Amino acid sequence: MMRTPLYAAHVRLGGKLIEFGGWEMPVQYTSIMDEHQAVRQAAGLFDISHMGEILASGPAAKTFLNQALTNDVGRLSPGLGQYTLLCNELGGVIDDLYLYCLAEEEYLLIVNASRISTDQARLNSLLAQFTENSGVRLENISTNTGAVAVQGPAVAGFIGDCFPGPARKGAAVKGPVDLKKNQIAEFQCHDVSVWVSRTGYTGEDGFEIVAPARGIEAIWNRLLEAGAPHGLKPAGLGSRDTLRTEVCYPLYGHELDEQTTPIEAGLGFFVSFDKGDFRGGEVLARQKAEGPKRRLVAFKMTEKAAPPRPHYGIWSPGAAGRKIGEVCSGTQSPSLGVGIGMGYVPVEFARTQTIIEIEARGRRAAAIVVPRPIYRKPN
Amino acid sequence: MANVPAELKYAKSHEWVRLAGEVATIGITDHAQHELTDVVFVELPEVGRQVKAGESCAVVESVKTASDIYSPVGGEVIETNKAAVDNPALVNTEPYQSGWLFKLRLAAPAELDALLSAEKYQAQISAG
Repeated sequence: MMRTPLYAAHVRLGGKLIEFGGWEMPVQYTSIMDEHQAVRQAAGLFDISHMGEILASGPAAKTFLNQALTNDVGRLSPGLGQYTLLCNELGGVIDDLYLYCLAEEEYLLIVNASRISTDQARLNSLLAQFTENSGVRLENISTNTGAVAVQGPAVAGFIGDCFPGPARKGAAVKGPVDLKKNQIAEFQCHDVSVWVSRTGYTGEDGFEIVAPARGIEAIWNRLLEAGAPHGLKPAGLGSRDTLRTEVCYPLYGHELDEQTTPIEAGLGFFVSFDKGDFRGGEVLARQKAEGPKRRLVAFKMTEKAAPPRPHYGIWSPGAAGRKIGEVCSGTQSPSLGVGIGMGYVPVEFARTQTIIEIEARGRRAAAIVVPRPIYRKPN
Repeated sequence: MANVPAELKYAKSHEWVRLAGEVATIGITDHAQHELTDVVFVELPEVGRQVKAGESCAVVESVKTASDIYSPVGGEVIETNKAAVDNPALVNTEPYQSGWLFKLRLAAPAELDALLSAEKYQAQISAG
């Protein structure tokens, strides 16, 4: 099993380690519930070093990426990022990722850990077919790169202590707190250059930090120290999953795979049809025009029942009910105290307020299709 | 350090048994609740069901996973803990008291002899 540069830190903190996509990662340090609440109410620190980082640079990088990815790279300027998808020719999702424009002709792709080699193979193959391929350089820097996410409403209160400004590259800001959602900038910390973006996977305000692997443990420790008085706790993959499920962020391998399109997944907002041709674009445009046959829905259990889990059956209600889908992600919502989940159903069952049933161990319990996100922060 | 009351009998699969006459009360150990963390749902057998020793007959779910609970001894289910169904956190907070799961009328009291003493169970969990 692979280990991140923070493995020793996890062991020292008493993290309970599990296998995740070939990586030995902490699922929790104390409890999923505690860590979830820490992120919703104060702050949590996650190791996301298993994720992949690919640099794309050169005079033709922008054109190349715009043909490879679904979102419009033209909307990015130095210091700005966007959520986007890498699709196959049929519009199926090879990966979902964040693309940042670091500087003119310099882009950073943050990809899923389990998809690094697949993404790289796809990008290399597209580059081989690309007419201006001498104008693009791709570099997978995943092995030498670490990353952490620091998430929660209290984070803005201490992030500046860890990464003093002003920014050296990217968004021209005085400090990390001046970054707006999706902006990224380079700061100095312990003699290493780090990229700090105002992004996350929890539905809370927060930052993600990408740094050379050799510097990541010092950053982790610095954040823990600066954040402790603000209620910061180290948080594992367990709460990362419950947090993202509550706000309906997809997880590759659950909501997304090569047989699923962004349109079916409700990610049409991140597919640009007015930017010119891109891979999978024709199929996606047709599907958007005709409407997909199935859609991803979010649901909440309406009776006391076992928490929904991946692969549980989704049924139409009543005695004549039939199986209409499968749960992709499901859990007991720590914030709401009820079972929640997401799954694909035929479009006739996809409207909010539709009653469905979730089957756990041969017993079906009622659920209701709800708008996404399932959990919304109280104002 | 997990609490392992001396007066109880234990299964290797982390259930405990308290005997009163021919009635066995069954729950999960402090070590088990600690490993599961944050119990959010409990599913218990129907009263009247006959269960065999080692049979899976209840489910305890944490945020992350569903775990089968095996009856350490055989018999007829005579009572289940509705308080634990209504408030699953009792399994975490009082695993040996209000967090018990179900009661059986023992079919074969000799089955108790196959279970672990507190000392042996403690040794098992200490060994990891």
